[in-house]
Amino acid sequence: MSATASEAPLTKPHSAGHKILHTDSAEYLKPLLHEFAESLELRPIFRGEISLYLRDAELIREVSLFLRDKLNYDYLLDISSVDHENEEPRFEIVYEHYSLQTKRHLRLSCRVSEEKSELHTISDIYPTANWHEREIYDMMGIKFIGHPDLRRILMWEGYPHFPLRKEFPLEGLPVHMPDGHFTDAAPMEGGPFVTSTSDFAHEAEPRSRTPH
Amino acid sequence: MSTLATKPSPSQNVRTIEVEHLDIAAKFEKEAEKYNESNPESERLVLNMGPSHPSTHGVLRIVLELDGEIITKAEPDVGFLHRGDEKIAENMTYNQFVPYTDRLDYLAPLANNVAYALAVEKLMGWELPPRGQAIRVICCEIARISAHLLGLGAFAMDCGAMTVFLYTFTEREKLYNLIEMLTGARFTTSYTRVGGMTRDLPADFIPALKKFLQEFPTRIDEIDKLLSRNKIFVDRTKDLGIITKEDAIAYALSGPNLRASGIEHDLRKVHPYCGYEKYDFEVPIGSVGDCYDRYYCRIQEMRESVKILRQVIEKLPSGPICYTDPKNTLPPKEAVLTKMEELIHQFMIVTQGIQAPHGEVYFGAENPKGELGFYICSKGGGVPYRLKIRAPSFVNLSILPKLLPGHMVSDTVAILGSLDFVMGECDR
Amino acid sequence: MSNTGEMSYNSKVEGNVVLTRLDSAINWIRKNSIWPMPMGLACCAIELMAAASSRFDIARFGAEVMRFSPRQADLLIVAGTVTYKMALAVKRIYDQMPDPKWCIAMGACASSGGMYRSYAVLQGIDRLIPVDVYISGCPPRPEALLEGLMRLQRKIEKEHSTLALKQEPALAS
Repeated sequence: MSATASEAPLTKPHSAGHKILHTDSAEYLKPLLHEFAESLELRPIFRGEISLYLRDAELIREVSLFLRDKLNYDYLLDISSVDHENEEPRFEIVYEHYSLQTKRHLRLSCRVSEEKSELHTISDIYPTANWHEREIYDMMGIKFIGHPDLRRILMWEGYPHFPLRKEFPLEGLPVHMPDGHFTDAAPMEGGPFVTSTSDFAHEAEPRSRTPH
Repeated sequence: MSTLATKPSPSQNVRTIEVEHLDIAAKFEKEAEKYNESNPESERLVLNMGPSHPSTHGVLRIVLELDGEIITKAEPDVGFLHRGDEKIAENMTYNQFVPYTDRLDYLAPLANNVAYALAVEKLMGWELPPRGQAIRVICCEIARISAHLLGLGAFAMDCGAMTVFLYTFTEREKLYNLIEMLTGARFTTSYTRVGGMTRDLPADFIPALKKFLQEFPTRIDEIDKLLSRNKIFVDRTKDLGIITKEDAIAYALSGPNLRASGIEHDLRKVHPYCGYEKYDFEVPIGSVGDCYDRYYCRIQEMRESVKILRQVIEKLPSGPICYTDPKNTLPPKEAVLTKMEELIHQFMIVTQGIQAPHGEVYFGAENPKGELGFYICSKGGGVPYRLKIRAPSFVNLSILPKLLPGHMVSDTVAILGSLDFVMGECDR
Repeated sequence: MSNTGEMSYNSKVEGNVVLTRLDSAINWIRKNSIWPMPMGLACCAIELMAAASSRFDIARFGAEVMRFSPRQADLLIVAGTVTYKMALAVKRIYDQMPDPKWCIAMGACASSGGMYRSYAVLQGIDRLIPVDVYISGCPPRPEALLEGLMRLQRKIEKEHSTLALKQEPALAS
């Protein structure tokens, strides 16, 4: 513990920047792929990023522990959720792992069906996952089994909808709670006007696409 | 400009709401009661801080549970500025979302613009020509200085030093002038586009920046002198809010908050983007991880930013600033006005957006507050299927329940100030 | 003093007595000592801080005494996006302010929801509390805020303060 102000944080010289390209990632992840051979799938590398798909979402805790303890992925960057509407299983949970020691990035994803909407928490393995999981619960409605404090985080407690699901309209739905909390639908004037993927211009041009 | 409106009578336009049920104090009393029942021997007080509180830097609410003056439990409540950015992003083309990135971390909009553009460019697989990259470095570093200045000013004010706030705001005004010259707006800049920038540097920008860089180090020294050895300030920040290395990693802190705990991790160094590897700069790291280290890291980072800016000016290459892809970037305006094909092209790109490939990418950039990451899941077409923002402030705040207990109530303010968060980004 | 037309001058009581209407005297006092409660919610709060600092210096208009307690303020500056989660807190703070009170909706978000047409954002603070001055811009420049403040001063100048004082008990009930 430095006592005086003059003993300020040290600045260390750093070698000139260097791009780290991990060409040996498949090699590095071999123990993991070996351990969970039946349920892990290495996706094609896109833009230099390694993506793993976990077929059996029940194993998420085991895989996370393995990543943290055996492969030095000590830094959980982010957890995202994707709603693949009309696909089964519907929800995809995406974990962005990073290692401060080896400077490697790894994406791990798994899917959860709509009926189940449940996944095991990893908030005791990575404390940072606590708020991310709460956010996913808030936005997508996926419950995390064993989470210490699964409440809404961004919307107010008691809000009945899950806004990031695809069927939820951007403008929102009117809600009136007995305690005074309320939301109204925003005026969209026919919008939002969104383009979609199509080979034909008349189908791809921006149109009002309000969800059913 | 401003318009004058008459006050509507309460009965007509104003919604009346029963707020009795919402009595926040009563709710907390109930919470406290519950606690006291389980701990009969001690008397706890539940204190609500925020969402409207001068030192929470926006609309953060913290429910503190006190034993005397000592905090025994802290429960942050975020989301008071949740505006639905991620949902909005799913309903517009990639370029249309740029203005929303301004308003994420509204203290460093230029850096957000750059981070977002880089994320989409990673999805597209584009890399900017050297001049474009150099301009983006200028943007990032100006934003860093401006954000750290505000962070310091607000932090110092929370600790009772009003003068520093006025000093830093004077400097920020100079930066605003530069940013306005560059982008046309004081801080909602929307400067970048996917694959480039809206415009090149104006002719008189570099001399103005040079002048600023000449004067600014003296100003940092002044602020440094005002605070770094100030007895009151040091007493209020030293050994307070210590974040250990392990905690910093476990809670995935980033930016100066991580580095103050002694972990040398700067994305500009380890995964250089925009040609950061060409510039010589140092990454300041702390030794203890207390409020003072976080403060001092920011001071040092501003000095490093000045160093980087000087090198960029020196080496500033000439040439194009935008990536050109005949299929997917806007054609030059002269061609649009004279050629049929280019006109159609411009129309298609503006209405339908940039046609992105299928795939998912994550890109993180070293922003003033920490690692601002964008996860983009694309299913083709001009609209992101899902865009997740990894907001550094959100992640940095999640350590509060672990960090605050054991401190005094009055230290909360210093700790919050030293974490330097922005709610716009935290809540999205 | 801009209402000089309403004043008269008498050489016998020079320097001791000023004749004016009670209304204009009260309004003159009120408009030059507005104590704002900065309801800094989002980006606009930064411009509000800029307006308060050296370059723009809101003190020139007597409104530099920023009070973070609604009990001590008479102008609520709603600066930033009001979400539904925050809306009732803003309403509560407005209700806690003593009369007479005014409100400025600073920026597009506070005025109309602005660019945030989404499920989480209240589409204009005037759905909950009465607004006196709307300032456009996203965010408005500090100059625009000062202009809005001057407009508010002009509005205060024209108010019937004594009438309101007489009616106060009725209004309060």
